[in-house]
Amino acid sequence: MPEIRNYTLNFGPQHPAAHGVLRLVLELDGEVIKRADPHIGLLHRATEKLAESKPYNQSIGYMDRLDYVSMMCNEHGYVLAIEKLLGIEPPVRAQYIRVMFDEITRILNHLLWLGAHALDIGAMTVFLYAFREREDLMDCYEAVSGARMHATYYRPGGVYRDLPATMPQYEKSGWRTEKQIQELNANRQGSLLDFIESFAQRFDGKVDEYETLLTDNRIWKQRTVDVGVVSPERALALGFTGPMLRGSGVAWDLRRKQPYEVYDQLEFDIPVGSNGDCYDRYLVRMAEMRESNRIIKQCVQWLRNNPGSVMLQDHKITPPTRTEMKNDMESLIHHFKLFTEGYHVPEGEVYAAIEHPKGEFGVYLISDGSNKPYRLKIRPPGFSHLAALDEMCRGHLLADVVAILSSQDIVFGEIDR
Amino acid sequence: MASVDILEQAIQETLGQFIHKTEIKFGQLTVYIMPDRLRHIAHTLKEEPDLQFEELLDVCGVDYQEYGLSEWETEKATSKGFERAANRLQKNRVLPPMPARFACVYHLLSVKHNHRVRLKAWLNDDFPMIDSVIGFWPAANWFEREAFDLYGILFNGHPDLRRILTDYGFIGHPFRKDFPLIGNVEMRYDAAMGRVVYEPVSITPRVLVPRVIREDNRYINADLPPKAEEGSNK
Repeated sequence: MPEIRNYTLNFGPQHPAAHGVLRLVLELDGEVIKRADPHIGLLHRATEKLAESKPYNQSIGYMDRLDYVSMMCNEHGYVLAIEKLLGIEPPVRAQYIRVMFDEITRILNHLLWLGAHALDIGAMTVFLYAFREREDLMDCYEAVSGARMHATYYRPGGVYRDLPATMPQYEKSGWRTEKQIQELNANRQGSLLDFIESFAQRFDGKVDEYETLLTDNRIWKQRTVDVGVVSPERALALGFTGPMLRGSGVAWDLRRKQPYEVYDQLEFDIPVGSNGDCYDRYLVRMAEMRESNRIIKQCVQWLRNNPGSVMLQDHKITPPTRTEMKNDMESLIHHFKLFTEGYHVPEGEVYAAIEHPKGEFGVYLISDGSNKPYRLKIRPPGFSHLAALDEMCRGHLLADVVAILSSQDIVFGEIDR
Repeated sequence: MASVDILEQAIQETLGQFIHKTEIKFGQLTVYIMPDRLRHIAHTLKEEPDLQFEELLDVCGVDYQEYGLSEWETEKATSKGFERAANRLQKNRVLPPMPARFACVYHLLSVKHNHRVRLKAWLNDDFPMIDSVIGFWPAANWFEREAFDLYGILFNGHPDLRRILTDYGFIGHPFRKDFPLIGNVEMRYDAAMGRVVYEPVSITPRVLVPRVIREDNRYINADLPPKAEEGSNK
């Protein structure tokens, strides 16, 4: 009898369902997975080492590029760690802006996840729908920071600038008629807050649309229900956080349990799954989008009624305004020192964690009192999730690997760093 | 946060003989552990009902070789004048050195009790090695591989200690402080040979902003009087 050996399959690094550059070595027995060995690091840029070589503020832009679908949340984790070491707290208005943009980012992230997840499993339409809404949210990013993705908007001590009074508008081009442009600009006539509010008004309906397409869809359920089941105990042991942990039925959310910024003053619920399969994780994320929308509405309301400063006025840490700098010697010196040497952070070490769309995004920062981080360790949520892929895939069919992988919401920017 | 104090006490009581000291700074608890007792400590932290750290969030290595070294003399600058800016790679020790070069740091979370702890173990300079905690928290698997890859810390009992983030066939441990930021080799496609070749790097490293430790952090004080409003010094 001839020797029967398992078949080894290389999945990626160039594969549309690999969510970036994942090389997955799969050992198959027929169509059943015996072992999955993810090879990561193809996108490794040594962000942490680079951060050691530059002043604190110059690394904020690198944080956007970690998890490049939830940019501002990464910045938030980093900025929070610096603030803890410095012992400063941003003005309340800045905290509300941060929370609002964190939730906008959560929706951005979940929309991309939803589109990609559905596309991987074979539903094309959702992807197009999800990107329609992402477009609006990226316009919010653009309005506030000038960049549609890599915003570099959060700073230690607040946010870079206040919310603008106007929205960027579509301009005349050969691609669109006058009428189309008018339609596109219709809800961009007011301030950014008006635009976000109009988005929040209609977004719940959009989530209903996605759910109509998927939640009771027979094929969707066949592909996700009871696939990649993780028990709550196992989820904890494997280091799961965020929707992955909540999908398994553990009600754990840092926004509630260890609140930062103004989350303790906002009303929202924590959706929790029960079975820990791909379908539950899907439901959790869908419900999270609705909750995020709720938070955004509350933030818009608060921000409308409470104008004020969005940045600390301590110019040893935050730069003075341009006009101040031109008129005041002291401000000029502060400006010069901040942009040549940077500020100094007291000696010590600190771990700051935020509830990132993917889970707990932790930043472990060691400072020796200099103007650069001594050691920056980023704890990416996806890292532990992907590490558990082997366990989650074993015994499943080859096609389920794709469903499990995308239900983990993997982005390589943060895993490889 | 009073819960940190209670936690510190609980850890002192249960593990007092296996740890060097505990420290609360910035409201966070750090426990300096004896590396050779890690397994016992891990077991206790996970199983003891008062502690119950079910989740291991992070394992990372730290290289303290250049800790407290400033690239720029800030104290005696006036006697030397401009020289301090020109000769910036001469390193001055500002802070006392750490007990060892390498440390392995663990971050634990208890979902049940909602508390966190950081464990820190000093490792041998020449042969950094510590027990693996993979048996207690399977999440340690990749984090330990990462610490091995980037710092060369060995984890005793890890079943599969391969490199994880760096390239296949990479040489060295890139996050050590003596590993140049720019790397040692660069690669390009050689058309004549028809393959990718590795060569020593051609870029010279340069420092744009020197690493400066200022002795006093006076401006960090929150009780500093607010800066004079603009227009005072026109």
